Amino acid sequence: MSDHIVPVKIYVSVFVVLLVMTATTTAVSGINLGPWNTVVALGIAVFKASLVVLFFMHAKYSPRLTQIVIFGGIFWLAILILITFSDFATRGWLR
Amino acid sequence: MADAATTGAPGAAASRRLQHQFESPAQQKDAASLGMWIFLVTEILFFGGLFLAYTIYRWENARSFAHASLHMDIALGTINTVVLICSSLTMAMAVHSAATGKKRLLIGFLIATMLLGGAFLGIKAVEYTDHIRHHLFPGPGFHYTVPADARAAEMFFSLYFAMTGLHALHMVVGLGLLTTLLVMARRGRFSPEYHTPVEISGLYWHFVDIVWIFLFPLLYLIGRHLK
Amino acid sequence: MSAAVHEPEPQEPRVNYLNATYGIRSWLLTRDHKRIALLYLASITFFFFLGGFFALLIRLELLTPQGDLVQAETYNKLFTMHGVVMIFFFLIPSIPAVLGNFLIPMMIGAKDLAFPRLNLLSWYIYIVGAFFTLWAVVHGGVDTGWTFYTPYSTATSNSQVITTAVGIFITGFSSILTGLNFIVTIHTMRAPGMTWFRLPLFVWSHYATSLIFVLGTPVIAVTVLMVFVERVLHLGLFDPALGGDPILFQHLFWFYSHPAVYIMILPAMGVISEVVTTFSRKNIFGYRIMAYAVISIAVLGFLVWGHHMFVSGQSVYAGMIFSILSFFVAIPSAVKVFNWTATMYKGSISYRTPMLYAFGFIGLFTIGGLTGLFLATLGVNVHVHDTYFIIAHFHYIMVGGAIMGYLGGIHYWWPKISGKLYPEAWARFAALVVFIGFNLTFFPQFILGYLGMPRRYHAYPPEFQVLNVMSTAGASILGAGYIIPMIYLVWSMRYGRNAPANPWGSTGLEWKTTSPPPTDNFAEPPVMTEDPYLYSREEVEIVG
Repeated sequence: MSDHIVPVKIYVSVFVVLLVMTATTTAVSGINLGPWNTVVALGIAVFKASLVVLFFMHAKYSPRLTQIVIFGGIFWLAILILITFSDFATRGWLR
Repeated sequence: MADAATTGAPGAAASRRLQHQFESPAQQKDAASLGMWIFLVTEILFFGGLFLAYTIYRWENARSFAHASLHMDIALGTINTVVLICSSLTMAMAVHSAATGKKRLLIGFLIATMLLGGAFLGIKAVEYTDHIRHHLFPGPGFHYTVPADARAAEMFFSLYFAMTGLHALHMVVGLGLLTTLLVMARRGRFSPEYHTPVEISGLYWHFVDIVWIFLFPLLYLIGRHLK
Repeated sequence: MSAAVHEPEPQEPRVNYLNATYGIRSWLLTRDHKRIALLYLASITFFFFLGGFFALLIRLELLTPQGDLVQAETYNKLFTMHGVVMIFFFLIPSIPAVLGNFLIPMMIGAKDLAFPRLNLLSWYIYIVGAFFTLWAVVHGGVDTGWTFYTPYSTATSNSQVITTAVGIFITGFSSILTGLNFIVTIHTMRAPGMTWFRLPLFVWSHYATSLIFVLGTPVIAVTVLMVFVERVLHLGLFDPALGGDPILFQHLFWFYSHPAVYIMILPAMGVISEVVTTFSRKNIFGYRIMAYAVISIAVLGFLVWGHHMFVSGQSVYAGMIFSILSFFVAIPSAVKVFNWTATMYKGSISYRTPMLYAFGFIGLFTIGGLTGLFLATLGVNVHVHDTYFIIAHFHYIMVGGAIMGYLGGIHYWWPKISGKLYPEAWARFAALVVFIGFNLTFFPQFILGYLGMPRRYHAYPPEFQVLNVMSTAGASILGAGYIIPMIYLVWSMRYGRNAPANPWGSTGLEWKTTSPPPTDNFAEPPVMTEDPYLYSREEVEIVG
């Protein structure tokens, strides 16, 4: 882990963006966008989570190994969800 | 770089804490940090199983889930999201204070984080009580207004209680960690050279915040556009 | 020979990790990875014999076609407890918790693991989880099969599902923490000069295994938690009556439990690499490929779990994908078998006990692995799923492979661990008994399965009796083969000849220090300046 000390300004800016995005996601959820509601909601969640990981958790300033570990965790979760989902989604494809 | 908050030479505090299997304080710090990140990866997979169940059942019961989620209190949910985001800020500031040797600020931010965490749990308790009173806890006492949707709605609430319950448990553990840090901070154990426990506890706290950042839209917001 | 490595003069081991401190507290509160390894050794040996006891009862019942020894419900409990105990409390911890804990710090030139107290905590967590399972055994056992499929396990079964589930959940954290400890140790605590590609393959294997510990175990943990929650709180997650899907349970279960089998085999492969190089006196053939292979197995192993679910109702399309991926995962394993063989080619082979176990491993793992390809084939799988063919397949790998690797490793490093030499003649005899007993037990089961005998039944058609009797006879011989080392290894601790620092003439840092080692492993921190497995062509006298 680096000894980099993140300036307070960055923390506060990230904090403000997180609050704005929270308000946004709550507001947008009331508008009917059909299937896009889910995409927007998850997209905003991913964006917020990325900010927390990069700045609050110092991932942006961390060694490459840390970044690989983070990526690995997310990738493995994706394997679990996507491959399992592909079973349910393709049940009707072949008799 | 010595600060009033530390005693002795800059490296002394760190070397006093050097465990015998390590060659240097830097190695010890790297190891602790990597260890916590790997533990958080295990937590991603741990919560992941529930997120998988949610994905499958939501896909199979989209409409019913959306209607069930209308029983959530959007105001309380949003407030709780804001509460946790604030707590992440105060936690990050706590780490910053430890890294710059500001003991009083460190203690203040730790307390603030704990208060915000407690507030989150309090609001969750209010929500849970409300749901139970409205017969929305799965099991024999479950009663849903739309009989056709009842099974899927009960599934939604099973996932709701399981996921937020597991999250709340993690918050409680987090509060325990913060309490320990508070005690250590008051005893002057941290310095710019050694504050690893604060950093790695911060990582844990932010992770628990991130889980909620995903739980909130998935559990509270999915039905609103259908109203 | 290995003059380039800075080595301290091996001393008379007056003070070593075994006698440095005395008393039960110095063992139960130890932070020394070597003592923790021995704590694990004692625990898993107990569970091995407990699991073996269940196996004995199973095989006794199967001597006759009728279900006449025990009732069907009791039989269900026997095979369930056999599986649960053997997999979670013996096989998964075995090599990593005993040999991995003991050797990894030494092999990388460190004083201990990164987190010694966490290491001790791992053992205590294991013990607590084991205690819950023992409680379940004593209070009527579990009858769901070790796979505890829903909805039987969550809604119908009247047995100790909850207690066993709690036990497995808790013990899972022991695995997770061990894996975490190993990964951090290998990344951050290698001695100067110990680059990644100078690491012994035993370390690479444990690194790959640890990746699986860390990525897979949490999923079985949450799955067990969901079973608990469904059974106790009636939060219907898998129960069809409550809108749940039992197939979802199977996906979650096998997402861990397939990689789990690689947890059981990769460490054994690490042992084999060490043993084969030593007793062929030759560098490993294709070191880098061997390292990449274990990582590939760990990664690819996460993509094939649906091959346990071909007949479950899973989509045929998904089944096809899982099938082809299962073929792919066989490739790195096969590469390893070829490379061990190539290592032995034109080597100077000596037939010591560890090498005998290595030979057994290579042959039996190959058979088990090849039958895995039969099972990965959708059409064949439909025919032999849930038959004795499956049972033979996984026992060839887990017993013929993993347990032989474990025994080979125990013998190979016994001088280092205990400071004593085991009696070679008895050890060779036992290895032979194990090999014969194993094949007699499990080869007939391939035939039985192919002929259609289903698994998990305590009665069978009379025409299957001859093969079942052969299998039970084999099991008795196998059991004897496992008891013999218990006797002579314990005997050797008191009466065995003292072992020198390097009885086999091996390369590797663990052989540069005394037998047994001092608490801090090395008199002075070592520096690594050369590649591993640099065996010379000179004749070296092997002591022991």
